[in-house]
Amino acid sequence: MHLVAENLASRRGGHLVFAGISLAVGAGEALLLLGPNGSGKTTLIRTIAGLLPPAAGSIRIEGGNPARSVGEECHYVGHLNGVKASLTVEENAAFWCRFFGGTHEGLEAALAAFGLASLRDIPAAYLSAGQKRRLSLARVVLARRPIWLLDEPTVSLDHAAQGALTRVLAVHLAAGGLLIAATHADLCLPDARKLDLSGTAGTA
Amino acid sequence: MSAFLELTRRDLTVAWKEGGTVGVALGFYLVVVTMLPLGIGPDLNVLRRIAPGVLWVALLLAALLSLGRMFETDLEDGSLEVLATGPLPLEAVAAAKSLAHWLTTGVPLTVLAPLLGLLLDMQPEAYGVLMLSMLAGTPAVSSLGAVGAALTLRTRRGGLLLALLMLPLFIPTLVFGIEAVRAASLGAEPFLPSFLILCAISLAALALAPFAAAAALRFQLQ
Repeated sequence: MHLVAENLASRRGGHLVFAGISLAVGAGEALLLLGPNGSGKTTLIRTIAGLLPPAAGSIRIEGGNPARSVGEECHYVGHLNGVKASLTVEENAAFWCRFFGGTHEGLEAALAAFGLASLRDIPAAYLSAGQKRRLSLARVVLARRPIWLLDEPTVSLDHAAQGALTRVLAVHLAAGGLLIAATHADLCLPDARKLDLSGTAGTA
Repeated sequence: MSAFLELTRRDLTVAWKEGGTVGVALGFYLVVVTMLPLGIGPDLNVLRRIAPGVLWVALLLAALLSLGRMFETDLEDGSLEVLATGPLPLEAVAAAKSLAHWLTTGVPLTVLAPLLGLLLDMQPEAYGVLMLSMLAGTPAVSSLGAVGAALTLRTRRGGLLLALLMLPLFIPTLVFGIEAVRAASLGAEPFLPSFLILCAISLAALALAPFAAAAALRFQLQ
């Protein structure tokens, strides 16, 4: 499976964020989006996830199920955690698990991978920022989707949780998954390719 | 289908745990219908005549209170973005959330209505028709309301805008809902035509409103 984007451009509020972005990510490959604040990392990830229509260019999957759109093959973890404060950790995870068609084993694996098993009965309102982030990241393990789109996944994570994330990403890539992550931190993925978005914007 | 029901079930669980939504709607309904007879005076003939109208208008206002929150919390905590990348099309997401809104607002208000009818000296024979007409009409309120809620999603203090937007859309439901109850309780005209039109309005809203709401949500997510 290949994710191919050609000549992407995005316009936000009449201002051109980036233009002429082409990328190709194959099975087992990771692509890190780098660049200063405002260079369009989030915009690019949201465009690939199908949340933003591109101003120009196209995104397609080669060698996948043609009946499924790019967005349906993607797990998207954005800046917001998608966690309901009034539900417990387990209820939050279990909802997303059933919603994405995951299994009970997937749910347990996700909770274990991010060290959430001991917090399962605690309402999410009482979690720290890093714990909420872990719960949000656990979503990608709940149900299998080949493409992971992570926007600043390491924000608020401590060292142990960053290590857990690196292990989860390595397992995903080893199983032939695709990863596109916007990050300022080191994800410890030595084979990852990098796309620098600074200076890609044309003039509005 | 299971993702659809899961989403509805999550919304019901959240509404149950947070408690506010159902309670506020019921409380508001109770307050409005209790205060009106006090303002109008104890003339039972007048109260009996205006009862269907009062119960329906107050129900719409009470439902309007919770409509604004239908997508708002999901937008704020990021759930909406994840729902948009999920296995359900946004049309189904809007329909599932309308269903949850109906179950947490339309149904409880319908159950409370006969009790409030007592305050307006409504005849007990009319209770069945009152509840039937509300059960038939409130699905339209929740699904049309989803369109308004989606359109006003990013507006600060969108409550007023939502109310103004929903006013013309709710009028057919209001008119035929009241007509159905009035026909049955006062016996002046046949009940069935108004009731069937009310059902038709709800069915049309159920079929069309999710598409409009999803289009608005797509725009709001950008």
